[in-house]
Amino acid sequence: MRFGVVVFPGSNCDRDCVHVLRGVLGRDVDELWSGDPSVAGADALILPGGFAYGDYLRAGAVAATAPIMAAVREFAGAGGPVLGICNGFQVLLEAGLLPGAMLRNRSLQFRCQPVHLRVESMRTPFTAGLRPGQVLRMPVAHGEGKYYAPEDLAARLEARDQIVFRYCDASGRPADDANPNGSLRHIAGVCNAAGNVVGLMPHPERASEAILGSTDGRLLFESVIAVLAARRRAERVPV
Amino acid sequence: MTTVRIVITLKPGILDAAGQAVRQGLTSLGYRDVGDVRVGRYLEIAVPQDVPPEQIEAMCERFLANPLIEEWRVGDAP
Amino acid sequence: MIQTSPAPEAVGLTRDEYEELTRRLGREPAALELRLFGVMWSEHCGYKHSRLTLRSLPAEGSRLLQGPGENAGVLDIGGGWAVAFKMESHNHPSAVDPYNGAATGVGGIIRDVLSMGARPIALLDSLRFGPLQDAAARRIATGVVAGIAGYGNCVGVPTVGGELVVDPRYAGNPLVNVACLGLLRADAVARAKASGEGNVVLYAGARTGRDGIGGAAFASAELDERSEHADRSAVQIGDPFTGKLLIEATLQALAAGGVVAIQDMGAGGLTCAASEMAARGGVGMRLDLDAIPLRESAMRAEEILLSESQERMLLVVRPEAAPRIAAIFHRWGLAAAAVGRVTSEQTLRVHRGGEEIAALPPYALADAPAYRPAAEEPAELRARWSVALPAPPAGDLSGILLRLLASPDIASKRAVFRQYDHSVQVRTVIGPGAGDAAVLRIPEAAPRGVALAIAGSGRVCALDPYRGARLAVAECTAALACAGAEPVGVTDCLNFGSPERPEIFWTFRRAVAGLADACRALRIPVVAGNVSFYNESPSGPIPPTPVVAMVGLIEDIGRTCGIAVRRAGEVVFLIEGAPPGLEGSAYLHVLHAAAAGRPADVDLPVHARVTAFVRTAVADGLLSSVHDCADGGVAVALAESALAGECGLDATLPGAGRRDAVLFGEGPSRFILTAPEDSAVRLAALAAAHGVRLAAVGRTGGSQVRLRVMERGEGAAGDGDVEPAPAHWDVDLSLEELAGAYNALSEVFA
Repeated sequence: MRFGVVVFPGSNCDRDCVHVLRGVLGRDVDELWSGDPSVAGADALILPGGFAYGDYLRAGAVAATAPIMAAVREFAGAGGPVLGICNGFQVLLEAGLLPGAMLRNRSLQFRCQPVHLRVESMRTPFTAGLRPGQVLRMPVAHGEGKYYAPEDLAARLEARDQIVFRYCDASGRPADDANPNGSLRHIAGVCNAAGNVVGLMPHPERASEAILGSTDGRLLFESVIAVLAARRRAERVPV
Repeated sequence: MTTVRIVITLKPGILDAAGQAVRQGLTSLGYRDVGDVRVGRYLEIAVPQDVPPEQIEAMCERFLANPLIEEWRVGDAP
Repeated sequence: MIQTSPAPEAVGLTRDEYEELTRRLGREPAALELRLFGVMWSEHCGYKHSRLTLRSLPAEGSRLLQGPGENAGVLDIGGGWAVAFKMESHNHPSAVDPYNGAATGVGGIIRDVLSMGARPIALLDSLRFGPLQDAAARRIATGVVAGIAGYGNCVGVPTVGGELVVDPRYAGNPLVNVACLGLLRADAVARAKASGEGNVVLYAGARTGRDGIGGAAFASAELDERSEHADRSAVQIGDPFTGKLLIEATLQALAAGGVVAIQDMGAGGLTCAASEMAARGGVGMRLDLDAIPLRESAMRAEEILLSESQERMLLVVRPEAAPRIAAIFHRWGLAAAAVGRVTSEQTLRVHRGGEEIAALPPYALADAPAYRPAAEEPAELRARWSVALPAPPAGDLSGILLRLLASPDIASKRAVFRQYDHSVQVRTVIGPGAGDAAVLRIPEAAPRGVALAIAGSGRVCALDPYRGARLAVAECTAALACAGAEPVGVTDCLNFGSPERPEIFWTFRRAVAGLADACRALRIPVVAGNVSFYNESPSGPIPPTPVVAMVGLIEDIGRTCGIAVRRAGEVVFLIEGAPPGLEGSAYLHVLHAAAAGRPADVDLPVHARVTAFVRTAVADGLLSSVHDCADGGVAVALAESALAGECGLDATLPGAGRRDAVLFGEGPSRFILTAPEDSAVRLAALAAAHGVRLAAVGRTGGSQVRLRVMERGEGAAGDGDVEPAPAHWDVDLSLEELAGAYNALSEVFA
């Protein structure tokens, strides 16, 4: 089982993702340079946070044109699990692999703070191991996290179980003052129609070790590991 | 080569928080008659003289703007 | 084109300096050469007025791998790893263009640390502004914070701590000091000492433009020659995306082998980097300006040589490695070009268009004359010591605590630090607002961690620069002790007015003496530093403001501690290593707009004992929370701990005399701690072993902070049971009321 962490010029959180996957969870991880056209046999892809290409033009816009994105698109089209974290989420939106768009935070400022998330959908590989309504705690760190979709699209996403995470208070209630960026319907993360591509603004890799304050983020990685392991057992491939 | 000017703004209906902040700043400076302010992006792109307008449109639609949230207008430099 | 030499004054040199440089050259300089001297011998680059005084700073220690003289200091932290540490100021640019001034300050200090071969892993900032009710000061403050956030966040280095101080004397003269910590293998320290005849001089990074031209060294008399260059800019613009690429490319290049020396191009640009690298190595260089990657057309030789375009490094590379190293930078989208060679003659030769246009001994450029400026104690200094303290207030000590909590120096800086990414790189164990020091884990050298503290004391230094500097050092060691960290190294920014004024230079000398004495006594080397002179405006100079940043080592990262009260039902302890005093206090400043009285000197042996006790108590896992008492004294510290933990507390404070002095008086070596009941015995024994008096003064719990000063005749502190007498509390405030005051800055930085 191999994870691929895509590295764009300007990605900052690739090393953090590699640390969690390799150092904490003991998995094989390849760093995939965005200039290369291949995802090199990865079983799951992570697009990490940072400021790919300086976030010039729009966050994630230039990165979405990188050579590796064709391979990412193909991998996603074949049902492979893809997780876009923060800037990675923005890249997936710009690449059309996830629905919606991102705007500047309501405060017009970068915000780095802990948030609570409520798990809204368990049909993605990254949330299959979680409970409905489970409340997770992890940090956000972004300036453009205000998720937006036009009303009709937003309604469709709700109806089709494509809202994966929502900002909420500690008791699990979505609320304005629990929303760090003003995103529509307090959306913190969404998935594609097939449910294999997920994007979220908060940073699960920063909440994977107790010493850093929370291990809730690790649950997302453990979930996809379990899903992949089950698939491999089903295919009789060594886990 | 000629220079194409492109102005990209948020679609009407999308909250322009930056525009609101700018308007607030102007008001605090005493320019109280100022109405709506919109903040956008301005690009100048040097292209060959014979580039068809459709190509510029395609560049805007595919990359320079995000059609879900932005609109654009194209003009030539004087 | 024949270039007539400008007059020395036109490039910022005195007649005497001009004589000196002709003496060193053995001839008159060409016009271009004179301009290079003008920049290299400016105060900013040459440290003319400070260099001799700075020699008194201690730079020895068993962990010291690199002291002053390189781009940053380096300290061994064990396990095969080391940290690079340095602080820089960017005061004047931040006054002109707050966002870019602060942003390029961050970029510059990151590159200094990178030059040592270290990956930048943390930033701290020390900021000083005029009163924030003033629109101009607010514009500067919000711009600076946005600039630090804009650069630091994008470049991927967490800003984990800092301080923000407001005082009318900084209006128009903001101070922006930024410190950076980097991590590197102890056996892979890079240096900026050129060597090896025939080695390639390699330029890497962003292309060169006209950034920074028109800075301090150029006088207005040159208008004729400059008027055609309308696009000259005085303020450098940084690009954090390029800064990030530069970090990754440089670290890869250094790991590839073949790099002999490296330095970033900062102040003084290519000239400064080349001459310093050559001077350190006792070698020469030949530079070919035609090979320099340029961003602008028609750049003059002096512009190329003195440009302060950001995000550029200069390397010396073995010839066979040069193509491979250049390719690494190219792969990251950066310019990289061979622009010269190292030579064995001690001359820096500059060529353009096949012609030699300058030939100067590197040491002549890099080693500006050092002065012994006149120093004279300011006339009114002692008079300020004997100002009578205002009478104690009649009542409402609660109201006073609220006013102190709402004052800008004390109020929560959350509205500032939430704009900074403080958790990228997944090292931050204790971040901004959660502890007196920032705490980072170092998994590479597990189980070790490091702690970072920063403190300046302009208000106190204006009253006594010697004692003020010592107090800043003491405050840093106190903060590190709270994190369970042993201090290992110091960096400093010395911010002062004009050194040509004897009264100001006297304060500079006294502050350096205080810094030196304290660091020597506590055996902490000063590994690198920065001096910023000429911080003056029409309303006068800034107060003497030495800022100290300190790094400490935590043996076991699992044993550290923050300021937040953890649970109800625990004991509140107070250590008073020094008695509280109102001299030079925040209380006087906020309530009476006064800066008066002579602050007490820190008793370093006592301070060392007290901090050792605190550090050990933390390392032994005995404490739930610990907080040093700084601005606003014990009352503010207790309020902050309660707010951080969202848990109230009661405390009865020992002390005779004025209640306001007991509650709000300040002094070094004072801490409040909370710990479970069953730690009390071990804590008492530990305190006794360190010769430290530890007083149990209260209990945590509830949602109020209630404080009172013990009446005469009450039981001595240390009684096991400190149930408060019924009825009167001197301070009785809910957490909500306290929070309301403490969040006073949330509007300003919204």
